Amino acid sequence: MSLPPAAAYLPPAPVAEGLYDPAFEKDACGMGFVAHLKGVKSHAIVRDAIRVLENLQHRGACGCDQDTGDGAGILLQLPDPFFRAQAGKLGFKLPEAGHYGVAFAFLPKDEARRSACKKALEGIVEEEGQAVVGWRPVPVSSASIGWLARSQEPVMEQLLIGRGKAVGDADGFERKLYVVRRRAEHWAAKAVEGKVDPLWFALASCSSRTVVYKGMLKSDQLSPYFPDLADPGMTSGFAIVHSRYSTNTLPQWALAQPFQMLAHNGEINTLKGNTAWVGARGPQMKGGALGADLDKTLPLEFRGLSDSAALDRTLELLVRSGRGLAHAMLMLVPEAYEGRHDLDPALRGFYEYHRCLTEPWDGPAGLVFTDGLRVGATLDRNGLRPGRYVVTSDDLVVLSSETGVLDIPAEKVREKGRLQPGKILLIDPTEGRIVGDGEIKAEVSRRQPFKAWVGQHHLELKDLPAPTSVPDADLHTLPARQRAFGYTQEDIARVLLPMAQDGKEPVSSMGTDIPLAVLSERSQLLYSYFKQSFAQVTNPPIDPLRELIVMNTESLLGAEVNLLGETPEHARLLRLSSPTLSDEDLAKIRALDRPGFKAETVSILFPRSAGEAGLAAAMGSICAKAAEAVAGGATVLVLSDRGLDADHVAAPALLATAGVHHHLIRAGLRTRCGLVVETGEAREVHHVSLLIGYGAGAVNPYLVFDTFVALADDGMLLDPAGNALDPAKAVKNFRKAIDAGLLKVFSKMGISTLMSYRGAQLFEAIGLGKPLVERFFPGTPSRITGIGLDVVARETLRRHDLGFGASADGDDLELDAGGEIMWRRRGEFHMWNPDTIALLQHSVKKNDAKTYKDYAKLANDESRRLCTLRGLFEVKTARKPLPLELVEPAKEIVKRFFTGAMSFGSISKEAHEAVAIALNRVGGRSNTGEGGEDPARFKRDAGGDLRSSAIKQVASGRFGVTAHYLANATEIQIKMAQGAKPGEGGQLPGHKVDAAIAKTRYSTPGVGLISPPPHHDIYSIEDLAQLIFDLKNSNPHAEISVKLVAAAGVGTIAAGVAKGYADRILVSGDSGGTGASPLSSIRHAGVPWELGLAETQQVLVRNGLRGRVKLQTDGQMKTGRDVIVAACLGAEEYGFSTAPLIALGCVMMRKCHLNTCPVGIATQDPVLRAQFQGTPEHVVNYLFFVAEEVREYLSAMGYRTLDEIVGRPDLLAAADLRWHWKAKDLDLSPLLERPSSAAQGAPVRCVERQTDVLAEQLDWELVKGAKDALDAEKHVVIHSAITNRNRTVGTILSYFVTQKHGEAGLREDTIDLRFTGSAGQSFGAFVTRGITLRLKGDANDYVGKGLSGGKLVVSPPAEATFKAEDNAVIGNTALYGATSGEAYFRGRAGERFAVRNSGAKAVVEGTGDHACEYMTGGVVVVLGPTGRNFAAGMSGGLAFVYDPDGTFRERCNAEMVDLVPVEDYKDVGVLSNLLNRHVLYTGSPVGEAIVNDLTAALGKFVKVYPRDYRKVVEQSKVVQRQWELVNG
Amino acid sequence: MADPRGFLSIEPQKPTPRPIHQRIKDYKELYQPMPAESVRSQASRCMDCGVPFCHTGCPLGNLIPDWNDLVHRNRWEEALRALHDTNNFPEFTGKTCPAPCEAACVLAISGNPVTIKNIEAAIIDKGWEMGWVRPLPPAEETGKRVAVIGSGPAGLAAAQQLRRAGHAVTVYERDDRPGGLMTYGIPDFKMGKKYVDRRIEQMEAEGVRFELNADVGKGIDPRELRTKYDALLLTVGAMVPRDLDIPGRNLKGVEAAMPFLTQQNRRVFGDTPAGEPVLATGKNVIIIGGGDTAADCLGTCHRQGAKSVLQLDYNPRPPENDNPDTPWPLWPKILRVSPAHEEGGRRDWQIKTKHFAADEKGRVKELHAVRVHQYFDEQGDRQFEELHGSELVFPCELALLAIGFSGPERGLPHALGLDLTEGGAVRTDRKYQTSQQGVFAAGDCRRGQSIVVWAIAEGREAARAMDEYLTGKPSRLRGRDHSPVLVELGRSG
Repeated sequence: MSLPPAAAYLPPAPVAEGLYDPAFEKDACGMGFVAHLKGVKSHAIVRDAIRVLENLQHRGACGCDQDTGDGAGILLQLPDPFFRAQAGKLGFKLPEAGHYGVAFAFLPKDEARRSACKKALEGIVEEEGQAVVGWRPVPVSSASIGWLARSQEPVMEQLLIGRGKAVGDADGFERKLYVVRRRAEHWAAKAVEGKVDPLWFALASCSSRTVVYKGMLKSDQLSPYFPDLADPGMTSGFAIVHSRYSTNTLPQWALAQPFQMLAHNGEINTLKGNTAWVGARGPQMKGGALGADLDKTLPLEFRGLSDSAALDRTLELLVRSGRGLAHAMLMLVPEAYEGRHDLDPALRGFYEYHRCLTEPWDGPAGLVFTDGLRVGATLDRNGLRPGRYVVTSDDLVVLSSETGVLDIPAEKVREKGRLQPGKILLIDPTEGRIVGDGEIKAEVSRRQPFKAWVGQHHLELKDLPAPTSVPDADLHTLPARQRAFGYTQEDIARVLLPMAQDGKEPVSSMGTDIPLAVLSERSQLLYSYFKQSFAQVTNPPIDPLRELIVMNTESLLGAEVNLLGETPEHARLLRLSSPTLSDEDLAKIRALDRPGFKAETVSILFPRSAGEAGLAAAMGSICAKAAEAVAGGATVLVLSDRGLDADHVAAPALLATAGVHHHLIRAGLRTRCGLVVETGEAREVHHVSLLIGYGAGAVNPYLVFDTFVALADDGMLLDPAGNALDPAKAVKNFRKAIDAGLLKVFSKMGISTLMSYRGAQLFEAIGLGKPLVERFFPGTPSRITGIGLDVVARETLRRHDLGFGASADGDDLELDAGGEIMWRRRGEFHMWNPDTIALLQHSVKKNDAKTYKDYAKLANDESRRLCTLRGLFEVKTARKPLPLELVEPAKEIVKRFFTGAMSFGSISKEAHEAVAIALNRVGGRSNTGEGGEDPARFKRDAGGDLRSSAIKQVASGRFGVTAHYLANATEIQIKMAQGAKPGEGGQLPGHKVDAAIAKTRYSTPGVGLISPPPHHDIYSIEDLAQLIFDLKNSNPHAEISVKLVAAAGVGTIAAGVAKGYADRILVSGDSGGTGASPLSSIRHAGVPWELGLAETQQVLVRNGLRGRVKLQTDGQMKTGRDVIVAACLGAEEYGFSTAPLIALGCVMMRKCHLNTCPVGIATQDPVLRAQFQGTPEHVVNYLFFVAEEVREYLSAMGYRTLDEIVGRPDLLAAADLRWHWKAKDLDLSPLLERPSSAAQGAPVRCVERQTDVLAEQLDWELVKGAKDALDAEKHVVIHSAITNRNRTVGTILSYFVTQKHGEAGLREDTIDLRFTGSAGQSFGAFVTRGITLRLKGDANDYVGKGLSGGKLVVSPPAEATFKAEDNAVIGNTALYGATSGEAYFRGRAGERFAVRNSGAKAVVEGTGDHACEYMTGGVVVVLGPTGRNFAAGMSGGLAFVYDPDGTFRERCNAEMVDLVPVEDYKDVGVLSNLLNRHVLYTGSPVGEAIVNDLTAALGKFVKVYPRDYRKVVEQSKVVQRQWELVNG
Repeated sequence: MADPRGFLSIEPQKPTPRPIHQRIKDYKELYQPMPAESVRSQASRCMDCGVPFCHTGCPLGNLIPDWNDLVHRNRWEEALRALHDTNNFPEFTGKTCPAPCEAACVLAISGNPVTIKNIEAAIIDKGWEMGWVRPLPPAEETGKRVAVIGSGPAGLAAAQQLRRAGHAVTVYERDDRPGGLMTYGIPDFKMGKKYVDRRIEQMEAEGVRFELNADVGKGIDPRELRTKYDALLLTVGAMVPRDLDIPGRNLKGVEAAMPFLTQQNRRVFGDTPAGEPVLATGKNVIIIGGGDTAADCLGTCHRQGAKSVLQLDYNPRPPENDNPDTPWPLWPKILRVSPAHEEGGRRDWQIKTKHFAADEKGRVKELHAVRVHQYFDEQGDRQFEELHGSELVFPCELALLAIGFSGPERGLPHALGLDLTEGGAVRTDRKYQTSQQGVFAAGDCRRGQSIVVWAIAEGREAARAMDEYLTGKPSRLRGRDHSPVLVELGRSG
């Protein structure tokens, strides 16, 4: 037990305050169950389950209070012996087993309120015709928990409820108890209306079959806290346990898991859409098993719930209203069936039918679930959560996030398996066995003739008759319409034409430096006020290219029917393969006339004569007409702005779409129609994604198509080769580009399907007023409020007037220049413009402070020209100014400066090294970026300069991340996202990979490199904590930082990161640079750092975490004033990237992606690199100028040091913006909010170091034991037991080897480590040369992560009786980012084996999905079956797959690889060598059988040969042969 | 957009002037046009910069990357349209502009900018050749009347813009031909006069009225003019030359540059210039000054058959390629070598004139001068000291003073009661309005002596301001920095 810190500030209840909003609640965790196959109940199962939970401790988290957990709990079958005994003690008369239920209530501490709650619950029970048996106070041991948990601890009581007479059967009773609970929840919500926390009264469970014990506990506190659990009467046939890691640091008692029916590890990415749609479907729901009781349970209220809780609640509704458990689960979390040609047609029918009822609940999800009788588990389509299970010879099944959580002797193991993506299993005690995936799905999919129903009722666009009339392009009015919709020359030249030509969204580079829409003086489209959300840390983005198999842009239009029903007519929907409709497609839909289909058009035009007020009036009538049409039977509603002319203005299509969508939801009509938007306004990926995100099912951007016709007429529509391009082909390409762009936008949020994205509103608004948002975009964060409908109207009219005005000479006006991407004199303002660039360059070249001041004045002066949020603050000078001499010297300030991650590869060697030298000279930190670093740079130059970057970045590609690289870091930065393209990966085209880059990235020259969107070892917060832990092991002296990108909710994530023991957190702004990124990402994803930083600061301070981490920020920082604002908002370190590059000569060409940088910075072309004129002095001069400017501010503010103003938003004030027509209504006060605890002395900057998490590491023993090897290179053997709690073994040892012996390490096998048991995660991570790890047992995820030359062997213990080759021996994502070394696995691996391997050699006896993904080097031999999508994005290295039955081809993603026979003598040599070693090390009979007759076996091997790699290898072969001919 | 790798593969190529022995025999243009295909390939060297410094280097804000791209794609007519969008008279700038755009071109960092000026000239030449340049009379008349005083490039540009906005425009010119310095200041070998003539024709067809030989302030009462028109625009140039205050300045043969050049232009027209002819033929000529006018004098002297020409400059010889004091993208202060310099003559620097000595007829005979040394004093201000014993004597029968202009003639501003700046220019607000309501000023008389491109830019911007003044509404004339209508400035000014 512990006492609160001296200040005794308590985290307040989760209330939205400042920038924190509890709606950003996230969680992720460890979970599992123990079950008896035959359902035999015992206390041992409960005890074992608790032990499992305790062994998952490290997957949960604790907050600022080390004794408070985020949550832990257990769900078991209602233990009759226990309750009978308790009832006896209490003198209750308990009905027979099955005839009573238990409601486990969390009640307020306050006596009066408690009894009110109890009374209410009793009342409901009685009203529902059930009997109140009595209340049992649940004994708890509060002393065992932390002060934080105690401060919010509820009183726990159980209400025993007897089955009413009217209840027919056990299921009926269970339904009644469900109704009771739902009613109690409604009552609670109502009772606290106006108050903020609906959870002070909650029912952890209310069932006749199950009971849940849970709380805000650490895993090992559950059992001590609830003495009940130790009672031998606590018996159950199964028990589900869960340990929570809430990213939100304000965990709550009731949000601990398990819930009523499930426990979830992961994250529901699609949550916002799902909950909105469940709500929208409410009015159409009826019937089902609940009958008339249904209405009592509705609406499902999701406010205040976590994603997992919302899924639980929805699953429960489906099951209670009559759907089977597995059926409901498969409906909500379907596998990726779309691209599967081998799928059972009935099952396909099942999925196709059910997608008409609900969109998938999608996201990384490991789920265990139960209806109280059966228990099961499933994994989402991506398979991103681990799930391992063991079946023992005595019928016990132990399933959990990790293997080894229960000590089971090897000889008792009957089977070791893992959950696979999209697969489900169920333990049915009536059958006494595990019912497998195939069987469950076969049964469920044949319950009804789903396939036939779909066949009968589903409609495809191609089935519809050709339309009689399609509107023509009307080129005569086109220019006017283009102008009226705000088209610019830039839109056409830089957006539309490239899309028409290439079928891809155009790529640009550098960051965005134009004003926020709300600060721009120009009329902005409404779309520009929205920023796309993206996934980071708590949920992974997806790679929409390489993992296309899970992605889908299908859209359905029409009327949905009752979610709870099941009729053939449910399938009556129109299926579109893409949401972008051509004019012809739309005409077909309009003409639809058959039962269940009727399209109606509502015009969204309004008269110009009505002026600004016209828009508000129009919105009212549009919504009314839409509702009328739907009520009148329209099932497809087309919102159209066709017919725009001088007298008719188009309402912004987004406003109309979102407005109608929400109006229909409010009217209970939404799911009765599909929405189609026919608009001339939308033309970019961002526009279409917004329309879909706010409810549209399809979009017809007709003006784009008209524009193509006009361009073709004009001879401007050309293909990349310069030949005329047919407009029809252009339309096709454009649609392709939009679809691909949409997938990218979806995948950024980790969403796979359009149906899950539709209506999900995954955007944040900046600069939209609260009333506007509440009416049209409810639920969208808009934290600084802003413009109202009047300004939207004004901007719209300005465009319209431009469209239908004439130029002075009567000539047609030209399109506006635009200038949003590239600077144009007549276009949008850019902060980096000819003046600022020239002044900055002149100042650093001449080291002239006066010129810098001119520059800073231009960059800072926003009195006339608004651009950034920071520009809207005034720095207060309330104190007496201090003489400048008293302010800390500039040389201290520059130490807080760092440069952003710019990889060697994206910029030239010269530029990269100049930056590094400069930052090392001033004591700041430069960043390697994602590209490794030449080890030659780790040593000081003769002249004393150091070219090594202090910050070594670890990004998703893991290029060049070796033990040696990490050991040479001062700081290791984990890049979770990048401002210019959060949620996306990167690609370095082959032509940029020259010999030097290939060497530092451990790849092949000429072969392109891919950085995946996610880190494949981070799918949730506990994974990030694990990586932080790994990296701390890799270099115990380095500090670990985590780079996040600002977005609503980033504070919550940062809190999770702080709890994961990171030392620094970087909150990056959205405007940062890039070497290449799609246009829409550069501009439309993420938010400015001011918002993200302020939110992060507030959340960290509120939760007492701020003192443990340093906070950094970057993103278009330019001046000392920027630094001052950042400091006041909470940052203590400041990053610069673009500005130092400009100091080195960058002129913002935005050509980085073309390798044609004329100043030699962002290019690898030797001719251009010779043009580089920058020197380290330039950067040093710049940094000192900034520091001096900081000093001047400090002096004026009256402070001596930066530390004094860190986290002091009260030193800033919002500027008066009343003069600006758009910015006038902004409210910046949420950014300036100072948490009340700060006033009470809670730290607002870093004051202490994180806890030493390495203290207990097994490696310290290993280091001791390996002393002789380290000192004298002597061979040592160490034996050790190992458990799943021993994570990241061998890594600290590797650090010491590297420190002492450099990259070369030691001779093979010098340190020979032999383990027995189940190894924890990251076994053998970053193990270097000379270290061998042999494990008898099995291992969890991330085995051999970043392997750097070491050797790993994992095989089952000799006593094992199961067939190793059929069982899982290691977990997911083994050998991720390995650069060299060897690994031999006797058994199967999980998903993503050897992902991003660039040099390790490995043998394994079977893999899951996505093996060898993004591999660029090394050799992988697979001796057993593989999962799907093998070799996706694999550009280098080789794989040999043993494929005796010839089925491998269909599971391989052949986009980048060829499958060829193994014939080359060198290949045979490599293969046989690896096989022999495999047999030698693991004794594998599988390997032995092959080796014994290798010649015969060779024919059954397939060589996976990456095409690019092959080209390079074969080219060099030619060269080699020529050499041989000449010299041989 | 233009070929992204064009600048790497295509060599820069400038038009070549005619051979010296040929060209110094006549007053015809120096340059022969480049073939269209060569111009096209030069245009494809344009890099489509993220920040095109060229078009901030250009006072007009010429849409250089845009028309480079159009030329590259062989879309000349659209290129012309883009060119005319910011510039009424691209041929004036295409022939005479020193091209600050090229100095600001990103490729100028490595020394080989895109040959923007030549591409500009090629576009407009082609435009005339193809008949794409047509009068654009306004669609509607506003009923407002405007007088423009002075028909130099600023006046012409303003008049054309104002007329296109629908105002009735009368241009008053005191000379017998319109065009100001375009007509009488710039030698024909730099720009033929037909270019001015056809623009005047175009403007007349658009409805601009020209009153020639109409000297406002002398023959015409400016106050009366003010009452007759809704607005006046002064574009009278900065015609008062700077003078040399040394003994012998008033000797015969010590002449200001501009009358010398004007006389020659009149001769080329076939006129007989009034007054005593000033000719370099057979003389030792000394040109004092280092700018464009000096170079124009130099070329004219060669053509008149001077015995020798020496150009003297007070300032030190500028560096030849880079000047660290004027880093890119600033206009580099470097040694300028114009075609006239290639044609002959000598140049000397750091020479201070002391006095002119006369021959027996009272004509200048020689120039006495001394070498100076430039240094910077403690305040960082530039100072010169004479070097003892460095006295020089140059034979000189003709001295041309090309040392700049001090400002507009005072009479007209005075008559209108306009405030002047300290430097003597007409003071205006940011909207080109002088201290008298409805009286505007633009060009050299407002900003001081400058180059043609500035004159056109001033004329255009002033026209836009006047249009707003006259109509009370946002002007629909295209501005330099932002498009009308779409932009709403947060606050005025």
